[in-house]
Amino acid sequence: MTLLIEFAIALLKVLVIVFGFVMALGSLMTLTERKYSAFMQKRWGPIRAEVLGFRFGGLLHLVADGVKMILKEDFIPSGANRNIHTIAPAMGLFTAMVIFAIIPFADAWCTGLALPVEGMDLCFGFDDAEALQSAQPAAVATFAPTHPYFQIADLNAGLLYMFAITGIGVYGTALGGWASNSKYSLLGGLRASAQMISYEVSMGLSLAGLLMVYGTLDVNEMVREQGALLWGTVPMWGILVQPFAFFLFLTASIAESKRAPFDMPEAESELVAGYFTEYSAMKFGIFSLSEFVMVVFIGAICATLFFGGWQVPWLYADGFHFSGDSMLAAASGGAWTAGELQSYVQASTPDIALPYGLVVFLRIGCFLTKIILMIALQLQIRWTLPRFRYDQIMFLGWKILLPASLINLFITALAILLLR
Amino acid sequence: MVDTNHDMDTAGIHTAPMLLNMGPSHPAMHGTVRMVLTLDGETVIKCDAEIGYLHRGFEKECEHSTWTQVFPYTDRLNYVSPLLNNFGFALAVEKLLEIEATPRCNYIRTIMGEVARLSDHLTCMGAGSLELGGFSGFLYAIEARELVWDLIEEVTGARLTVSYGRIGGLKNDLTADFAERWKVVRERVLRIWEDINRLLTKNRIFLDRMEGTGVISQADAISYGLTGPMLRSTGVDYDIRKDKPYFAYGELDFDVPVGTRGDNYDRYLVRLEEIRQSIRIIDQALLKLPDGPVNCDDPRVVLPEKERVYNSIEGMINHFKLVFEGIQVPAGEIYSYTEGGNGELGYYIVSNGTGKPWKVSIRSPSFYNMCPISKFVEGGMVADIIPTFDTINMIGGEIDR
Repeated sequence: MTLLIEFAIALLKVLVIVFGFVMALGSLMTLTERKYSAFMQKRWGPIRAEVLGFRFGGLLHLVADGVKMILKEDFIPSGANRNIHTIAPAMGLFTAMVIFAIIPFADAWCTGLALPVEGMDLCFGFDDAEALQSAQPAAVATFAPTHPYFQIADLNAGLLYMFAITGIGVYGTALGGWASNSKYSLLGGLRASAQMISYEVSMGLSLAGLLMVYGTLDVNEMVREQGALLWGTVPMWGILVQPFAFFLFLTASIAESKRAPFDMPEAESELVAGYFTEYSAMKFGIFSLSEFVMVVFIGAICATLFFGGWQVPWLYADGFHFSGDSMLAAASGGAWTAGELQSYVQASTPDIALPYGLVVFLRIGCFLTKIILMIALQLQIRWTLPRFRYDQIMFLGWKILLPASLINLFITALAILLLR
Repeated sequence: MVDTNHDMDTAGIHTAPMLLNMGPSHPAMHGTVRMVLTLDGETVIKCDAEIGYLHRGFEKECEHSTWTQVFPYTDRLNYVSPLLNNFGFALAVEKLLEIEATPRCNYIRTIMGEVARLSDHLTCMGAGSLELGGFSGFLYAIEARELVWDLIEEVTGARLTVSYGRIGGLKNDLTADFAERWKVVRERVLRIWEDINRLLTKNRIFLDRMEGTGVISQADAISYGLTGPMLRSTGVDYDIRKDKPYFAYGELDFDVPVGTRGDNYDRYLVRLEEIRQSIRIIDQALLKLPDGPVNCDDPRVVLPEKERVYNSIEGMINHFKLVFEGIQVPAGEIYSYTEGGNGELGYYIVSNGTGKPWKVSIRSPSFYNMCPISKFVEGGMVADIIPTFDTINMIGGEIDR
């Protein structure tokens, strides 16, 4: 019975996160990109689709585009490998979507009483503050279970999973290019495989420093660690700990998503449309959708690893703490007594006390805001910079990003060794 | 650079060069040119450029039109700067007729010609940005071009096919508020110029793509007959406006920017600076613009006033003869050349003394600039074709006559 409930919850999480968030934001991206570029280029962008005179800010173009994509002729060139040609876009979208499994949208739900201990929330085995007050002061506080309701898969190898899935992502592109029986597609597919495989290396290495700092691969755990306050005041977000790694990772992951200035596989002025030259109708739509989903994912993973994920600055389970002094200190001897917790709660130490439910809500909202800001950054880059050349991309990947990641890794290791 | 001894059998794996047909329906080829590329991976071993997709028999058509009727055809040569073509042709016929345009006409031709050059260079730079993937830079340049075209529309009544030139004069004078409108356009174009400059000129990716690609040496450029920004980018300061002044250029002060390396980046910089110089020329010319008639006082070439046409038999017959029989150009031949958007735009015309040209042959700068294309791209990468093809600024209408 419990297994069934767990299964139902997992399914619900997939439905809400993947279809309610990823797909929704991915399709919204089609409009956002057009509107954002229009904004940068002093244009109106899409404004024509309307129902009874209402335009809803261009939102109807989503529907119009969808209908158009589905109704258009699905063309497969002669000589193309029909099966692979058909399955390639699906592979692209599949990897872009399953990768979201590791993204935590908020901390695991605490079934007991959540209190911040030196920047990290702990879930104590009391139902609420009242239960805590009535407990024996001398009793040793126990911990209550937490449920990862806001993360599809709470994997302890979270980041490895991400690298594994992005590694598969190249197949959709490469196979799509190869199966089309077109020279432009082939060139695009070749460029894509070379580029994506090369940048995976520096993408992984740029995060290695972060792994050493946080000492975990679990993505949610990494976000929790980012709640710690540096010098008692500044939230220790990834960008503060590893500023260099952020730029390396962002560069590598934009290259991984094949968007300008790294859109060599597409390169519309050279290769017509690169690997999806021979795709039409919804298959074409799926390719561009998976590209947009990747943009959302890069936004999400950058926000998660470098900008505190769901952390709202200074917001902890019981409210805002603007300095580390107002939080529980680590227990002497490794265990808290109910008395210690009671005196903490009675003193009402948070600077602004908030109920737990509101805290979770604020955290989800904050995370979504961070994602949107990161997407905006990517769009800004995409519509500002011209495109690299094939050999320049390889040069950048292997001769600049890779050594830079290694140097970053070395310096991080040295710093950790010296500071410990 | 080109490896002619191609190793077809590397480490036991059979490899063969790939033949790639680029164009005419290809985003970068404008539908007007085809390139058959032999590729070794991404490297171009051989490039065969094929032109002729926009051939309309322009030179032949001219032989069936009166001298004045040729103007609409010249609009369609370099269709980004049709005014320059108009004026070039008018100048050629005037030389054959041995008449001089009025001073005001010369100044207006200078002003409008430079306005057209703005349009040409802005388009080329914008397209360069677009073809390197920078769509924003393209739209900025196009916004500036729209402003310039609004100005052209105000004066000539058309944006693209202007037909503004006339033998011995112009279709009409500048509009009364031209100077004020120019002031507004000038400010905005300069601001956009600055935007593009900041967006592209020092952009690392842009530099990587443009520097050292599409290089041609000074000696090669001269022997291929390159002119305009292409020649000037190699360091030769040959500009007909300066070296053989025509219209009012001799009385105006402007610089001829030259490059040093003859690569895509230098060609971009030359065009960037020429935009500023064109603005300088227009500013000066507007200050010096003399009063007086725009058309020369010669009833053999210039249509009479409408009042005379409707009210006097002489005027009526004059009008009739000019329209139906055309301007009677004395027999002879002449080669007249002006600085077009892309270089030396020459008209070689032969008259047999009738109202129609016997032969009009055009030395179109694009055609000569396009000739060394295989030299530019062979040995480079596929991606380098794109910026090179852009800085050549090949205009289909000019190549295929």
